[in-house]
Amino acid sequence: MPIIEARDLTYTYPGGTQSAIKNMSLTIEKGDFVILTGPSGCGKTTLCRCFNGLIPQFYSGKLEGELTVVGLNVVNHQIYEMACLVGLVFQNPENQLFALSVEKDVAFGLENLGLPREEMRNRVDWALQMTGIEELRERAPHELSGGQQQRVAIACVLAMQPEIMVLDEPTSFLDPLGAQKIFEVISELNRKLGITVVLVEHRLDLASKYANHVIVMNEGTVALDGRPREVFDSESARLIGVGIPKATRLWNMLRQRGIHLDGAPVNSEEAIQILRGALKRD
Amino acid sequence: MIEVKDVRFIYPTGVEALRGVSLTIRDGEFVAIMGSNGAGKTTLVKHFNGLLKPTKGDILVDGVNTRKESIAHLARRVGFVFQNPDHQLFCETAEEEIAFALKNFGFDEATVGTRANWALNLLDIEQYRQTSPFMLSGGERKRLALASVLAWDPKVVVLDEPTIGQDFEQKEKLRQFIVQLNAQGKTVVVVTHDVEFVADCAPRVVLMAEGKIVADGEAKEILTNKELAFKASIVPPQITQILLGLADFGLPTDIIDVHEAGKLLLSFLKEEVVL
Repeated sequence: MPIIEARDLTYTYPGGTQSAIKNMSLTIEKGDFVILTGPSGCGKTTLCRCFNGLIPQFYSGKLEGELTVVGLNVVNHQIYEMACLVGLVFQNPENQLFALSVEKDVAFGLENLGLPREEMRNRVDWALQMTGIEELRERAPHELSGGQQQRVAIACVLAMQPEIMVLDEPTSFLDPLGAQKIFEVISELNRKLGITVVLVEHRLDLASKYANHVIVMNEGTVALDGRPREVFDSESARLIGVGIPKATRLWNMLRQRGIHLDGAPVNSEEAIQILRGALKRD
Repeated sequence: MIEVKDVRFIYPTGVEALRGVSLTIRDGEFVAIMGSNGAGKTTLVKHFNGLLKPTKGDILVDGVNTRKESIAHLARRVGFVFQNPDHQLFCETAEEEIAFALKNFGFDEATVGTRANWALNLLDIEQYRQTSPFMLSGGERKRLALASVLAWDPKVVVLDEPTIGQDFEQKEKLRQFIVQLNAQGKTVVVVTHDVEFVADCAPRVVLMAEGKIVADGEAKEILTNKELAFKASIVPPQITQILLGLADFGLPTDIIDVHEAGKLLLSFLKEEVVL
């Protein structure tokens, strides 16, 4: 069942001479884990802002075409309505966190919804538990490490129990292990709770194994759209300048030299599995 | 070029960020400093241009003790590009941003103009000459910050997390650019988490954990060491991970380069598998 559907979406920022996104059409299914990637300035962040109605409600400007998110046309619904359905996590958690304790930060969105106290408590507990930061409850967000802060930011959004989580390069300030932990938290929310994930990411080597759907944007529109291996394996991905995972590049090299192995891995686990299979067949 | 002698550094809050670090960076070297968040990487490099002075121990830059020299003088030799460009940029236009430091260093107006042009072209931001830095994207701001430092031609360039917010193509350009700078004789120090970037550049790697240096050597040697990587919260490059997963077939695991791995697998598969 589609949860996000865009038809011929075109958007121009107020005062802009060029459209930031042009004639975009795409479908995201409920439960998808989507990686949204493409060269910087291609319109990824703009598209994310459309998903929860920040565009056009907050940024104004001119939005043409049609965008339906969780069955609602974003043009006709206020940001506070959309925010309950679509949670947005930014690149730098410092831009998002502000309260004096983790618990208060996570409760903030819920207070704005005017939920009963008991319900708020339950949701905060649950969000802290799901993101593995219960022990940080009383700590001040600004004293935490970057990875911990990003988990708090995710918990804040999760507490709203959204249908969709949109994360705009959430790990770029983190070390690789910290990034992996974040991806695992997101992946678990996707698998266990069925939350649809849209992850904007350049570091595909780390992220690709969690996704089932990759959308590559270029110059404001969809350039490639498909399963990770189809997309990364295509010649056009390289031409657009997308960072193809090294495992896929290794496969391309072997193929050029006449060695055709099954599939086209996007991560090291898949590559190891296929290579082991090929070597055992002997 | 830079000598770090048993340096300890304690922040006013009481946090001991460096716990006895010794390191020599030679003229013309390319060094990547890696390690987990909070390992002390940024604290260490902030000592190189005197932004921080050691609590104990000494730092010599080009033979001069940083305790005895002003930041302004040190900055002429050691250019620092911050992790977050917003901590660095403040002028009305990109061009003014680059000209600012040049004027402060006392270059004449003609030189300021030439150098600013040169730097804008070099980093592919010529079209933003009259644009406010705050209208630029994160990746473009980062390049502007680098341009404004390169313009005064310091002997050493320190880049704190240069690849953050850069897409693949920009990152590749930046890599070629840094390698080229280094080939022309500039000493380059990069603080980074980006293992694939380091695997592609293959510099000397200094690995830090909890305020200390835990390893120092060739990229190939350090990135392929599983225990070290774990200690410093880094993940081995994807190519190494694949080879580690095939270690029981007798394949070497100390490879970080795609082409090298490709050649190896090619000959191995040809021998082992009847195709």
